[in-house]
Amino acid sequence: MTETFYEVLRRQGITRRSFLKFCSLTATSLGLGSAAAPRIAHALETKARTPVIWLHGLECTCCSESFIRSAHPLTKDVVLSMLSLDYDDTLMAAAGHQAEAIIEEVKKKYKGNYIVAVEGNPPLNEDGMFCIHGGRPFVEVLKETCADAKAIISWGACASYGCVQAAKPNPTRATPVHKVISGKPIINVPGCPPIAEVMTGVVTYMLTFDRIPELDRQGRPKMFYGQRIHDKCYRRGHFDAGQFAEAWDDEGARKGYCLYKMGCKGPTTYNACSSMRWNGGVSWPVQSGHGCIGCSEEGFWDKGSFYDRVTSITPFGAEANADSIGKAAAGTVGAAIAAHAAVTALARARQKAGEPASTSDEQKGE
Amino acid sequence: MLSQQDMLEAERHGKQVRSIYVYEAPVRLWHWINALCMVVLAVTGYFIGKPLPTVPGEAAENFVMGYIRFAHFAAAYIFAVGLLGRVYWAIVGNHHAKQIFRLPITNPQWWSEVFFELRWYLFLEKTPKKYVGHNPMAQLMMFFFFTVLAVGMVFTGFALYSEGAGLGSWQDGLFGWVIPALGGSMQVHNLHRLGMWIMMTFVLVHVYAAIREDIMSRQSLISTMISGWRMFKD
Repeated sequence: MTETFYEVLRRQGITRRSFLKFCSLTATSLGLGSAAAPRIAHALETKARTPVIWLHGLECTCCSESFIRSAHPLTKDVVLSMLSLDYDDTLMAAAGHQAEAIIEEVKKKYKGNYIVAVEGNPPLNEDGMFCIHGGRPFVEVLKETCADAKAIISWGACASYGCVQAAKPNPTRATPVHKVISGKPIINVPGCPPIAEVMTGVVTYMLTFDRIPELDRQGRPKMFYGQRIHDKCYRRGHFDAGQFAEAWDDEGARKGYCLYKMGCKGPTTYNACSSMRWNGGVSWPVQSGHGCIGCSEEGFWDKGSFYDRVTSITPFGAEANADSIGKAAAGTVGAAIAAHAAVTALARARQKAGEPASTSDEQKGE
Repeated sequence: MLSQQDMLEAERHGKQVRSIYVYEAPVRLWHWINALCMVVLAVTGYFIGKPLPTVPGEAAENFVMGYIRFAHFAAAYIFAVGLLGRVYWAIVGNHHAKQIFRLPITNPQWWSEVFFELRWYLFLEKTPKKYVGHNPMAQLMMFFFFTVLAVGMVFTGFALYSEGAGLGSWQDGLFGWVIPALGGSMQVHNLHRLGMWIMMTFVLVHVYAAIREDIMSRQSLISTMISGWRMFKD
């Protein structure tokens, strides 16, 4: 029997007072209210640690970088310990066959009761040869490891949507996890990377309540991805007022006006940046004066410029956006109408002039 | 002398002008409310995507984008409810009210008339035909560029509105699925804007064709949408 989270914490010299503070904080950040704090404490005191296998596919490890920077040192310690992170090839000391043996062991020992956290995605082209894990295509390792898992967490834009390696033309056919694995609950935690506290929050929720958080249509936890950046943005007042930065160095930019005209993707991006912020609440993109680039949205690399709001529509080619298509169409049709009207008038005049008096008799009645 | 001539003309007209009641009052009322909504929606929609220049002063004292968006949403609700009302009237109204909702695509005669109208607009036919309702070409255009497009605009529009209304709102429940289905919020914004341009291009064609046919085909078109009566001038 693995030890409980509480035992691990105490062993690491964390006081009960700090432990309870962490429980309250976690309850609050999950939006559960203060009544949930004792329940979290109880769960952490009694539950055995859930083994987690953290796999790395085609990715840049920015999710791991974010994760290990979780703002509250306590959270980081707790999660790294309480997760029983049995396998994570970028963090673990073991390597080679010794490390790979752990996956087999966890699979056998905790069949149907471990979590697979996937960072990155499997490329499918050339039988998956673009990403090799321990001498085998990553897609095979992923399928095998997920076969007996309780749930799967897709970390970041890579695992959730494909991210930059899946951007057009996607030469390796990088494919999101949920399109390769079926029949298992999959939690998408998009972002490039996701916010550290969002990652630890998702994990804590799953360990505490022994179930996956409520998900939206795109498989994202509602508690962190239920609203847009725009809905909670501290510059929203300037948007509603119609006050925009129109250049990076103008008066509006200095006054902290809305970055909508600079192409901010806040109104079309679901994430918790504007409420939780980054690096322990120090700042976040809009606060630093640059618009959101929409990194937690599906296919954000292929959705046109980061610096326009009316961006190109991918099926219509690289540089065409709604306005350019629309103006061209309206202009062409307008010109065609003018030409048509001119020809109509000419034809009518000719008809009137050319017709003998008897047939144009009726027209005199006009 | 003049009055005598006038009387003669009026008398001759009286013999020639025949009229048929085509568009019932709800259809006419809907047409003009709808036209007004579309103007408001297109103008405000344009400025939502590409906002007006920054207004000076405190944020708390201004609400430019707020008012523009309010006008857009209000007009959108009227547009959507109007469309529903129009569908209802297509069911209970006269057969002309059904025209823009269904195409007799299995009828070869109808298709031959579509091509006749096409030739007429291409100056290949000398004399136009007269129709009590829409001509088949107009009906085809109406179906795709108004009816289908309007439904598309309502779906994408309410899907975008649901983003602000929030998860669990009825807009989200009914239309929220549109956003992932079309490839994300940004894509839906862009397609909604493209829809606006297509609609406005259609408006150009619609207004031009109405004026032209009013003159050329010797039957009333514009006044018909006001009075309901189609007048045939000869």
